[in-house]
Amino acid sequence: MTKKFTKDHEWVQVDGDVATVGVTDFAQSQLGDVVFVELPEAGRVLEQGKEAAVVESVKAASDVYAPVSGTVVEANQALVDDPSMVNSAAETEGWFFKIQLKDASELDGLMDESAYKAFVEEAH
Amino acid sequence: MTEAATALKTTPLHALHVELGARMVPFAGYDMPVQYPLGILKEHQHTREKAGLFDVSHMGQVRLTGDDPAAALETLVPGDIKGLAQGRMRYTLFLNEQGGILDDLMVTNAGDHLFLVVNAACKEQDVAHLREKLAGKAEVELLDDLALMALQGPMAAEVMARFVPEAATMKFMSYLSATFKGVPVILTRSGYTGEDGYEISCDKADAEMIARALLGESEVEAIGLGARDSLRLEAGLCLYGHDIDTTTTPVEGALEWTLPKRRRAEGGFPGYDIIHRQLTEGATRRRVGIQPEGRQPAREHTEIQDADGTVIGEITSGGFGPTAGAPVAMGYVDIANSAVGTPLTLVVRGKPLPARVAATPFVPQRYYRG
Repeated sequence: MTKKFTKDHEWVQVDGDVATVGVTDFAQSQLGDVVFVELPEAGRVLEQGKEAAVVESVKAASDVYAPVSGTVVEANQALVDDPSMVNSAAETEGWFFKIQLKDASELDGLMDESAYKAFVEEAH
Repeated sequence: MTEAATALKTTPLHALHVELGARMVPFAGYDMPVQYPLGILKEHQHTREKAGLFDVSHMGQVRLTGDDPAAALETLVPGDIKGLAQGRMRYTLFLNEQGGILDDLMVTNAGDHLFLVVNAACKEQDVAHLREKLAGKAEVELLDDLALMALQGPMAAEVMARFVPEAATMKFMSYLSATFKGVPVILTRSGYTGEDGYEISCDKADAEMIARALLGESEVEAIGLGARDSLRLEAGLCLYGHDIDTTTTPVEGALEWTLPKRRRAEGGFPGYDIIHRQLTEGATRRRVGIQPEGRQPAREHTEIQDADGTVIGEITSGGFGPTAGAPVAMGYVDIANSAVGTPLTLVVRGKPLPARVAATPFVPQRYYRG
């Protein structure tokens, strides 16, 4: 399975033609305590780089962008019920949604783990 | 580092904040801790459950002296300052000629002078305002050699009594000149969280020693500006520049309790005609508490609509209340929609979010009444 990262601090893990999307551990540390998430419904068509979800911490609201284009197949209801999972398990149980890939080649433009790590260190 | 960042001022506790791992942000011209490693949510809860220490040294501390500084100050504020007994303090407002609020402040009768605490962002203009309007009547001194801290929470009294035993019996909104581990401090039993607690004014040079002593007590955690904001919002307390400003009067701001009977009758403060008329005939809009349904916070500048979809105002402070366990907000609505329970629609990120006018505070205030 391939795991890729965006400059907006989303991660995307690909399994066949379905990708699981969330925000990175670095993103959650910057957001602070998350109190609300709004996730896209199954069936919604998302375009790469466009708004996909909303995450609100005690401090502020932030957009989560779609790392890849496709159709949402599942949203993480457990995260809606307990938004603090973004903080406690950003890159595991705290996933946001699963998306059926429209164009797998979009993944080529994203960063791998070591490139993302370097990006975070450089930017901050 | 940008030019703006290098120009930021620091408080005497700056090095301590950095040592404690605070995330520092610019606020009112100062480099201030927005949160510590504990995080806003836990800092908020800790203050409600035990005790939190806040650095508020950026705020302005002002000494007013003269033949009758209370009479002089009453020409600028609508509060009863002449009737303030020695050792007692009161919340009041600097007003402009339109009845708009220039700043909100605490005034203490310290015997031979009045002691004022004003907002950081307004302190220079407040001092200029005082000097101009009270010229020949009172001397105005900005006490920028002092630091200010707040110790807030249900265990604040117990903690403070270990250092200043006589602090335990201080009444809410009273003042005490005392000694803390051998150094002089001014304590007031007041704060900005809705909890019992103290504000501690001391010499800049003593601030770190006092802060370290208080943080050394097991009940006390350092608390940043993030939790300070969510605590005061739950307590229904206004943030100047957001919930009240030069365009809002005390009547519109639901602060009629700052307008005592004598001043309402006698006047003699800026904007009296407008405020008197609003007290008699009512204002057209009012600041209210707002409870959004569900869990999504509605933030400052969120548009408020009535049941028919007409825009009737906007949110001036909004966020998630960790103790309320729900989003909480305040804002201005037209007077027809200001009764508690009135259904409202908030437009959050383009979508309607149902809400209601709510009573404030959102959590019970727990001040020490003795």
